[in-house]
Amino acid sequence: MSERALKPAIGMAHAAPETAPHGLSQTLARWARLARRNPIGLLGLAVLLLVVGLAIFAGLVAPFDPAAQPAERLTPPNGTYVLGTDEFGRDVFSRVIWGTRISLYVGIIAVAIALLIGVTLGLVSGYYGGWADSIIMRFVDILFAFPTIVLAIAITGILGPSLTNATIAIGLVYAPVFARVMRGPVLSVVHLEYVQAARTMGASDGRIVWRHVFPNVTAPLIVQITLALSTAILAEAALSFLGLGTQPPTPSWGTMLGTGRKFLELSPWVAIFPGVAIMLTVLAFNLLGDGLRDVLDPRLRGS
Amino acid sequence: MVSYILKRMVLAVPVLLGISVIVFLLVRLIPGDVIDLMLGTEGSLRPEVREQLRQTLGLDQPLYVQYVTWLGDIVRGDLGRSLRTGQPIVENLAGKLPITLELAFLSVVMSLVVAIPLGIVSALRRNSVIDFVVRVLGTIGLSLPNFWLATMLILVASLLFRWGPALIYVSPLDNLGENLKQMFLPSLALALGLMAVVMRMTRSSMLEVLSQDYIRTARAKGLRERLVIYRHALRNALMPVLTVVGIQTGHLLGGAVIVEQIYGLPGLGWFLLNGIYQRDYPVVQAGVLIIAGIFVVTNLVVDLLYAVIDPRIQYV
Repeated sequence: MSERALKPAIGMAHAAPETAPHGLSQTLARWARLARRNPIGLLGLAVLLLVVGLAIFAGLVAPFDPAAQPAERLTPPNGTYVLGTDEFGRDVFSRVIWGTRISLYVGIIAVAIALLIGVTLGLVSGYYGGWADSIIMRFVDILFAFPTIVLAIAITGILGPSLTNATIAIGLVYAPVFARVMRGPVLSVVHLEYVQAARTMGASDGRIVWRHVFPNVTAPLIVQITLALSTAILAEAALSFLGLGTQPPTPSWGTMLGTGRKFLELSPWVAIFPGVAIMLTVLAFNLLGDGLRDVLDPRLRGS
Repeated sequence: MVSYILKRMVLAVPVLLGISVIVFLLVRLIPGDVIDLMLGTEGSLRPEVREQLRQTLGLDQPLYVQYVTWLGDIVRGDLGRSLRTGQPIVENLAGKLPITLELAFLSVVMSLVVAIPLGIVSALRRNSVIDFVVRVLGTIGLSLPNFWLATMLILVASLLFRWGPALIYVSPLDNLGENLKQMFLPSLALALGLMAVVMRMTRSSMLEVLSQDYIRTARAKGLRERLVIYRHALRNALMPVLTVVGIQTGHLLGGAVIVEQIYGLPGLGWFLLNGIYQRDYPVVQAGVLIIAGIFVVTNLVVDLLYAVIDPRIQYV
């Protein structure tokens, strides 16, 4: 997946930063046109909006409190408990809905951490080049030599199992991806004439980066953020499944799946539905990511 | 060629050293004193005993001295001792490594056997029903969490065949049939994700190759279509697939950690996770080091294979 996203956006580098005046209606019309050309990406977006909505309004949508134990233990799905109840008699449906919060929360914070570290490293590397570039990129290469989830497991295990530590671990592990995504385009933009011109006019490094470099990397960055969110959510679920992430009784899809596994043959619903939720969310992010890549990075269209 | 291979191998050395530095420092992330963590609950030792322990473990030395000593031991094949059992880790690992390697090998074989033909058909009949199905399955396959898949496979197998994860691992050397019976589902659980990736890659790479000029030339020469596809297109299209398989070993090894846990296979991942659950840091270090080492070596092998298969690669 990163393979294609890692290529520097050469085609975009020559486009002047978008400063041409756009009417709001024009912008909207352009987006609508792009969306119509990409129904699959739109489907991903729709599912995601639903997931975000569920996370925000979990209290309103979920019929029961996620910690309440209103029913018999391991009741099969029925009219009241649509997805059945778990080993404590808690409503699985309500817990799956509340689980969206944890997944999105960890996903967003972890990707924010990865972005902050990765973008900084990539910028410094591409903008200043030379020694800084060599050192940073060798470091990034070494981090790439670890299977990400193994490194995340090790870091969480060593820091101690908790939601916060899992989030930090996932953020650290995905930072190198952003460093690579940033560096290429930055490197190719820095020597272009308009950047040189800005420099001669006395623009500060900060201004050059913000006004002239950033607009050229937003497209690959947005695509990568979407895909990183999907992997971060998967990673949180995996860590929680192993008991290293979210701790009970907080409703997390991974934890629910991990405990539900113990009563698999007796009451499979406890393990089935959190997994379906993970799959749908991750699928939605992937569809949106693919769609955004097609729309934002025209060179790759059709591949 | 030989110099190319040597050069690639030499280039892997700094990466391996970097890995060792990170693994070494990883354990230094532990909040608090390592000694306290090692002693666990019976931590209230007299200060002089504590100091003596610190000296025996070399923890009173500067960090770089500790690193050099540790690295020296590793190079000599000594991965340290488990804090829990006191046994040398190398002895413990020897039996675990083959299980993970077998699991990874079976998954790669399974996914290649299924995914490459499907990817080819999908590319040859672009926009057909088959192509559509392959693409949908590919996208869904990328989004399936492997731990959920592994769990669901157990559920299905137990309902349909009364199959359950084995209680005792049987080595393929003792009883190959029994071993394969045990390994089939875990390998399948791991293989499905890789299958999706390989399928997508084969398809897009095949499509790209088919639009090349030399394919048009081959067809213009009047070659039979089958020859064009197998002799000219496929060979070139499979190169990127090979690279992707190399990169995906990382995912595969990570997945193996989880799948081994679910199926109770006493492999490398099981060893690593147990180390983590028991806060046995030398075991965690050894596990991560070996897994990263396998990943680096696999990619090195892929690079070398690339050079063997593709005559255009220059051996400089």
